[in-house]
Amino acid sequence: MLKQTPLNTLHREAGAKLVEFGGWEMPLHYGSQIEEHHAVRRAAGMFDVSHMRVVEVIGLDARDFLRYALANDVAKLDTPGRALYSCMLNEHGGVIDDLIAYRLADDAFRLVVNAGTAEKDIEWLGRLAAGGARDVQIVPRPDLTMIAVQGPYARELAWHAFPGLNAATAALRRFQGAFFRDGFVARTGYTGEDGFEMMLPAPLAPLAWRALARANVKPCGLGARDTLRLEAGMSLYGQDMDDTTSPLESGLAWTVDMKPGRNFVGRAALDATMAGGTLLGIVLLDQGVLRSHQPVHTPQGKGVTTSGSFAPTLGRSIALARVPAAVQPGDAIEVEIRGKRLRAVAVRPPFVRDGKSLVEGFLSERMP
Amino acid sequence: MTKTPQEFKYTKTHEWVRMEPDGTASVGITDFAQEALGDIVFVEFPQAGATVKAGEAVGVVESVKAASDIYAPVSGEIVAINDGIPDHWEEINKDAFAIWLYKLKPSHPDELKALLDATRYAAMAEASK
Repeated sequence: MLKQTPLNTLHREAGAKLVEFGGWEMPLHYGSQIEEHHAVRRAAGMFDVSHMRVVEVIGLDARDFLRYALANDVAKLDTPGRALYSCMLNEHGGVIDDLIAYRLADDAFRLVVNAGTAEKDIEWLGRLAAGGARDVQIVPRPDLTMIAVQGPYARELAWHAFPGLNAATAALRRFQGAFFRDGFVARTGYTGEDGFEMMLPAPLAPLAWRALARANVKPCGLGARDTLRLEAGMSLYGQDMDDTTSPLESGLAWTVDMKPGRNFVGRAALDATMAGGTLLGIVLLDQGVLRSHQPVHTPQGKGVTTSGSFAPTLGRSIALARVPAAVQPGDAIEVEIRGKRLRAVAVRPPFVRDGKSLVEGFLSERMP
Repeated sequence: MTKTPQEFKYTKTHEWVRMEPDGTASVGITDFAQEALGDIVFVEFPQAGATVKAGEAVGVVESVKAASDIYAPVSGEIVAINDGIPDHWEEINKDAFAIWLYKLKPSHPDELKALLDATRYAAMAEASK
């Protein structure tokens, strides 16, 4: 039996094609995935992301606990409301999950973790917390629903939809959030565009969704969410990294705080090993569509795509790929699709940020 | 509810087939197929001139979601591909029956009898949902 979000009825009414994702019944699209993708790049779209789990870490030792549990350092969150992206590692340096950590107060943090890994994460955090005589509690919040509003006009339209939101959030910088009425609104996202992620009590979610729809925010499904995050060069857990790969070989070294003086789970393993490969972006020059698990041929050796799709903003196909560390952005490479080798170029993700292509320089050099 | 026009023949693998006056068979994908695939972004066509067998994979339709093989409904020679549609792939999503992908000259016309009529195809497609 699939779990349903508080917005399930609204999705059905809107004609959504519903699919299973991480144990949940979620909208894939409401008609055209590509139109939804463009809506987010050009105006504003909203996503039901209630399948993602909110987990709070509460207590006098919450900060020290998370400095140990996460590869990025929550000590950087110097004021309440600030947020950071981090991996949570196992002892071998493999990625248990990736998440966003928000500092709510001096003794309270809020994590947003992936749907498919939520139970595993909560159990892992619980075990870590039980390991020391610390004042820290792990509190899952299944009562909260999440709606992401993303796009160049996302904030303005959200301000239009919710009186008072403007005053509460206009001063927020990226990766910063604030409480608003019964909810929490943060300037974060998974699309490469500006916007908000809103956490609110489940009973209020349909009201909020309808208010945003009235403000002309277009409902978007997981399909568009995937092409948007891929263009933005953002990793998808389980595909681009998992508990057998380290963040250093997954293009996530920038999220690991290796400054000396802090011990965190997985650090010893990261210190001891050299990354065997790296995650780079690929833009396909020939006609075709890149998918995950396709062989990549480079002058420095073989690799494999981890995520791939058609990139609607670029009008061509892109992928993330694990390749030898010596491969450089700009290198000519080949991807094997159904036995044929197609021409491609390695690039440094993101491919698209704030509506603009970042790879045109690579393409104009290469295109005949 | 997807469309299944009476004037076409169908395969179990979701191609439509229309016999043309010149004796060739036009082949496309059905409305059910485009609906299941989602936004189509690329088609890998068969080679014009190639000889193919009934049921053989001759090309690939790629949507944002997945790649899906297209099959030869009957044996014969590929005589034309619809190279006018690149950059307008969304036309297949808008009206799958208006866009043929390739034409084939059947070498064993009796194989055409094995194709499904609209009623049987519609029932099969509905049951597979």
